[in-house]
Parts: sequence; C-alpha cells; structure tokens
Amino acid sequence: MSKAYTDHLGRPIVAVTGMGVITSLGQGVEDNWAALSGGVSGIHKITRFPTEGLSTRISGTVDFIELPAENAVERSYAMARETTLEALAQAGLSGDFNGPLFLAAPPIEPEWSARFELADRAPASERPGDAYNRFLAAMRQKADPVFHEAVLFGSISERLADRFGTRGLPVTLSTACASGATAIQLGVEAIRQGRTDRALTVATDGSVSAEALIRFSLLSALSTQNDPPEKASKPFTKDRDGFVIAEGAATLVLESLEAAIARGARVYGILKGCGEKADLFHRTRSSPDGGPAIATIRAALADAGIDETGIGYINAHGTSTPENDKMEYLSMSAVFGERLPSIPVSSNKSMIGHTLTAAGAVEAVFSIQTMLTGTLPPTINYQNPDPAIVLDVVPNAKRSQQVTAVLSNSFGFGGQNASLVMTAEPV
Amino acid sequence: MTKSANDVVITGVGIVTSQGVGAEPHVALLSAVEAPKVRVETERFAPYPVHPLPEIDWSEQIAKRGDQRQMENWQRLGVFAAGLALDDAGLKDNLEACGSMDMIVAAGGGERDINVDSLIVDEALKRNDREQLLNEKLTTELRPTLFLAQLSNLLAGNISIVHKVTGSSRTFMGEEAAGISAMETAFARIKAGQSTHTLVGGAFSAERLDIILLIEAIQGHALGEWHPIWSRKPGNGGGMILGSAGAFLVLESREYAEARGARIYATIDAIEGDRGSREDGRLEARLRDMARPGAELEPQSTVVFSGTSGFHDLARREKVFLETQLAGRPVRAYGGLVGHGIEAQFPVGMAFAALSLGAAAKVPPFDPAEAPMTTPAKTAIVTTIGHARGEGIAVLSAE
Repeated sequence: MSKAYTDHLGRPIVAVTGMGVITSLGQGVEDNWAALSGGVSGIHKITRFPTEGLSTRISGTVDFIELPAENAVERSYAMARETTLEALAQAGLSGDFNGPLFLAAPPIEPEWSARFELADRAPASERPGDAYNRFLAAMRQKADPVFHEAVLFGSISERLADRFGTRGLPVTLSTACASGATAIQLGVEAIRQGRTDRALTVATDGSVSAEALIRFSLLSALSTQNDPPEKASKPFTKDRDGFVIAEGAATLVLESLEAAIARGARVYGILKGCGEKADLFHRTRSSPDGGPAIATIRAALADAGIDETGIGYINAHGTSTPENDKMEYLSMSAVFGERLPSIPVSSNKSMIGHTLTAAGAVEAVFSIQTMLTGTLPPTINYQNPDPAIVLDVVPNAKRSQQVTAVLSNSFGFGGQNASLVMTAEPV
Repeated sequence: MTKSANDVVITGVGIVTSQGVGAEPHVALLSAVEAPKVRVETERFAPYPVHPLPEIDWSEQIAKRGDQRQMENWQRLGVFAAGLALDDAGLKDNLEACGSMDMIVAAGGGERDINVDSLIVDEALKRNDREQLLNEKLTTELRPTLFLAQLSNLLAGNISIVHKVTGSSRTFMGEEAAGISAMETAFARIKAGQSTHTLVGGAFSAERLDIILLIEAIQGHALGEWHPIWSRKPGNGGGMILGSAGAFLVLESREYAEARGARIYATIDAIEGDRGSREDGRLEARLRDMARPGAELEPQSTVVFSGTSGFHDLARREKVFLETQLAGRPVRAYGGLVGHGIEAQFPVGMAFAALSLGAAAKVPPFDPAEAPMTTPAKTAIVTTIGHARGEGIAVLSAE
C-alpha cells in the first residue's frame, strides 16, 4: 500500500465519503446545517403523547417522517433508512453495499399499546400481578409474530441489511449516549483490520415515549424548564438544569482512502482517530476527577497521531446537565491546559437536544460539516455563563473560521465514553 | 496449526448454567462417562419448562450488597460470570490488567416490573384515557433504579463498577447474533493487534415471564415435560426450552498470555457470523461457507457443540447439515442439557468448547441421538443458528 494511504501506524486511512442526517431540525445534511448554523432550535412541546402532570413536557422528537405504524422500531428504522439513502447517494454508491453494517440502535421494548391490546384479548385477571400470565394465555390462543419481531433487538439491522445489501452479520450496539461514536469506531476498526474496504455506520434513535421520558425524569436527568421549549437546552450556562431528550439519525459511509480515491469518490473528511475508556465510578455519574473522560480524549488523540495542539475545534458532548458540562470542562482542561479558552467548543445539543443513541454519529456529521464549510455552529441559549466553566462556546451565533481538525466527545450513562478525531485532510 | 504471537487464545472461562457454577462442575460433566441428568423447572412457569439457575451465592463475585441490589438477576448473572472468568484467568483484582482490558458484552435487556405492568393494564381495562393513566402510574410506581436494571449497556456498566474492567466497554444487542458478533469482533480485534486482552460474553435469565412471552408470541416453547432436544415433537409445542445461563471468556493474544504465563485452554482459529434469507437452501449454503475451516479437522477428535434452539425446522436442517457436511464428528447439542440462552447461547458453546479442549475430554452424549466420542477432543466446532435470524460458527483447537 502506498504511504499516502496509510496513517502514522501504517494502517489504512479511513475516509468519510457519504453522510446523511435527520434531527428535529429537519431531514438531510443541507437543511440541518442551515438551521444548525443559523442557531435555530428544534426543541418543541411534545404532541406525540399527553404530557399533563409530567415535569418535562418538551423534546426534540422527529414527527415528520411517515411511518407504517407509530412505534419506536418503525421510527428508528425509517430514520436510519432515510439517512442511509442520503449518505449512499452522496457517496455515489448504488446496488449492494457489500461491506459490514454497524448500527447503534436504542434498546427496544414492547409499546404500551401492544400490552393494552394483549390485555384486551386476554382472559380476566384472577389475582393482582398476573398480567403476563394472561398475556401468555392470549399468545397460546393466537400467536402474534408482529409482536415478536417488534421486540427483537436485531430487527432494525435486519431490515437495513436487506435493504442495502450489507455483508456478513450486522452489529447492533448500545453504549448509551456514546453509541453513535462506537458504531463509527467499529467501522474504522473493520477497515483497519483489512476485513473490508468500506463500512456502513448508522446510528438511530426514535424511542421517545412517555415511559422513556418518565424514566429519565425519575433520574432527574431532564430539563424541566418547559417554557419556552427552545430555551431549555443551555449547555455550559449557570442555569442549565438537565438535557432535553430528542430523536435523530445519522449515517456515515466509511471507506479506506485508497479505495475511495481509486473509485474517484469525493472525500468529505478523514476519520483520523477513535478513543474509548470506561468509567467504574457510578451507574449514572461519571468520576468526579474526569479521569475516564480525560483518558478517552487522550486515547483518541493518540490514535489519530496528533497532539492536543492540533485540535482547532471541539464538538462537545455538552448535554446541559449540571454534572456532564462540569466534568467535560474539567477533562478538556486537563488535556488542553492553558490553550483551552482559545479553542472554540460548541454544543449542537443546545439546538437539537440529546439524540441519545444517535448523538455520536449526528455530531460526527456536523463536525465534518464544520470543516467543510468553515463555519462553527453556535451554542445557543448562552445568556448566563457558568463562571466556573471558562470556554469559548461560540455563543449564540455562528462564526466563520476554518478548522482542519475536530474532536467530538460522547460520554454515556453506564460509564461508556468515546471520542472521535476528524480531519479535513489525510495528513 | 503453527503458533503465532497474534493467535487468539482463551485463558479464562466463567460459566453458570443449571448444571452448576464455574469451570469445575462443567469440566466434570464434559469429562464424565455419561451426561448428567438435566435440571428442569416445570412448575413455576407451567406450561413452560425452563432450565433454572443453580444455587448461587452472589457475594462470591459481587462483594457489595449495594451493588447486588442495583441489579436484577440478568445483570447479576452476567457480572457474576464475568467475575468467574477473570478469576479463572488469574486476572481478578489485577487492576492494571483490568484497567486496560477491553470488554464486549452481548446483552438483551428490559427486565420488567411485572407488578407495575399488571397494575397499569388492569386499570387500563377500566378506563378510556389510557395514555393519561400511563403518565400517572409510571410517574408514581416506577422505581428510578429499575431503569438502570433494564438498560442493555448497564450489564457492562456493572462489570466495570464491580470488577474494574475499564479498557473499553461495548454492548452488542440482537438476540443470538449479539453473542456471535461479540465473539467475532473480539477475535478480529486481537488478531489485528487492536486489543491484547478482552473480556467477552453474555448472560440470559430465562426465569422471567416477560422473556417467556417473547418466545410464546411465536408459540416457540416446548410445553410440559422435558424431552431430548433432537427428538422434540410439534405436538409438544415449538421445541425451545429456555435456560438461565451466563458465559464469559477472557481472550488474549498468545503473546500477551504467554508473557504473563497464563494457562491456555484453546486457540480460536476462526469465527464467522452471517445472516440472510433461509429459503431455498441459503441457510445451508452459508453454514457450509462458515464451517469450511472446520471441514479439514480430524473427525474423531473433533467435537461439535451445536447451539440449536430446538425449533423443529431449524433443528432438523442443522442436523442434516452436520451429518452431511461434518460427518463423523460427534455432535453435542448443549441447549438440550442447559436450555437456550439467546444472547448467551453462542458464548455458552464457546465456554463448553474451551473447557473440553483444555481437559482433552471425551464428551459424553447429551442426547440419545448423539454418538459417543472415542478419542479425546483436540478440536471443536461451535454452531449457533438464531431462532429468528443470524448464524455463527467457530473453530477452536487445543494447545
């Protein structure tokens, strides 16, 4: 292999040759980027289900995709299908994809409507707590293959694999809020292993429901500043009070640079390095010293073969929870030191909310877009800065600035952390 | 096969099935003249039989009561089996090794609170404003910590907390395929030098009505009494008996394992997974491709651990495949002995293979339809055909 196509460790360089994205701001990279760089918020009042009596009544749901049935599987699949169609078109690929599929997808459970339907056709209750015995009796009477398929975690990747002709056994994964970045990392690794010239990396999350919202509420993770919705997500401010749950999807077509150039594909950016490190501190809280996040960022830089002075912009995890933003600042300070205040750091989540499983990939697309357009997207709602967090957050309005290397962070519940380094050019 | 530094070797096995806790009872059963009696619980979930957990002292691997309380049995079982694997590899409490150890967990999730769900559907039968009811009841009845016991990635999260495995943490989902992909990915990463040591495996709790419902939605359970897996009849239900099981392996590059003087059970020579339509012989064609590295092995000393789910059509097709393409190699359908463990199914087969090779066992038949083994196992093949989709085959050899 020519040296031009290998990185500092002699591994194949991985190029991004196609991207697709959906968020509450709209469908497609172009529309999303126009809104995102224009400082528009996609956060709105929830209309999908009644919110009376709930402490959080806002979200960044995606309500404009047509679905054959209203459920998390159909929505997550439809968004993944649409972003993949966009990414493949941009990559100029048609026909069978012929490479592996790595899909970050939300853990799926039966919809409550499905449980209610089962209860309607099941025998009457004989004692408290016997609903599942009755559901089973109903299933013995009449099987329901649609119910079975709808709760299999493998059902979304199955449909994507058939639709796009991917190769081998697709991986469906979850590393909580880091999932999208992990999907990309698996794609990068597969190409570096020499198992494939290309990989399809997809992340999708269409799982906002009353139960999902209430679960996060019970953990005190969500913003309760419902009015006005578009002001609720305010990363790095003093009055931030939680994240805004949201939906979205993104697809990145990854190819070895050599294969991309050989087929005359346009290279939108380089996936230069990936880093990860797990946290052992707590189930929902990260180590107060930021140790694992620091190690994650450093691992990504080392994998990319660049030092901290090479990063020109950081696409922050920036969830707008009191704890994440503080810890993320602490860890960035440890890595970037005195230079940190001069590196622009913005949070897409101020506008699109937290797209959970999809976030790492959605934000990777926006990171590449940042380099391609020479425009830094803002952190909106930055009215009341947290004095303990001294960052250039690109406050409230976009900025024209050319950057050639971007760091994107994703830190998850359950201690799963991943960072990506993307560059404009291979070297 | 010639040995090389990036061979992927198995140095630790953590396994829990209805047959017992840890490597020792499992090595004993794999080396015995006759297979042990199956342990089946037929009363508790009647008409659905399940292979239950053995007696377990959780504190042996999860020292803090507080940690135990944060989990339900599915996560507890996984954390416990992971601890056994680390212990077995001699890496338990080795902070440096665990701190740089990679981890891939095959996980399901969604352990429901049956009482809360029952309360809500019962109340809903009396009301028209079901969505409003949901908000009221979920807000007041859900335990905040239950969410964490349900999340798929929190099995791995708990392993990090309890056992301090923090090099990386990835969770794969998707039923049987999750277990296959987890092993395949861990194998490929070590082979390529992307990891030196990885904890990989999964856990499954069968003793849950919500999981039993998943399979009954396609009427997949064998009903009533236990029957040998190769001869279950459609008159007795769909053929599958679920089993609670946890299985984790410590995989290392040969170089890393030898440098620390680790005991090596076996080398993994190949693992592949695939999927697609099962019509018109396409399932068999894929199996044939994946089994190719196993076709060269000496028949008498090769044991095939079949992970068949017991679904009638799939079991019949797999049996025909094994008898024609891998003829003369003794087959052991371990699902008949310990039940079907969905995400954990392939990892359990890998654990059985590693233990058999490590002990040079002549594995006794698990089923009347299986032939005895006349030569100690030197090589092994593990198969799993997912009950809905996905297939995988691994080939292993003894040291």
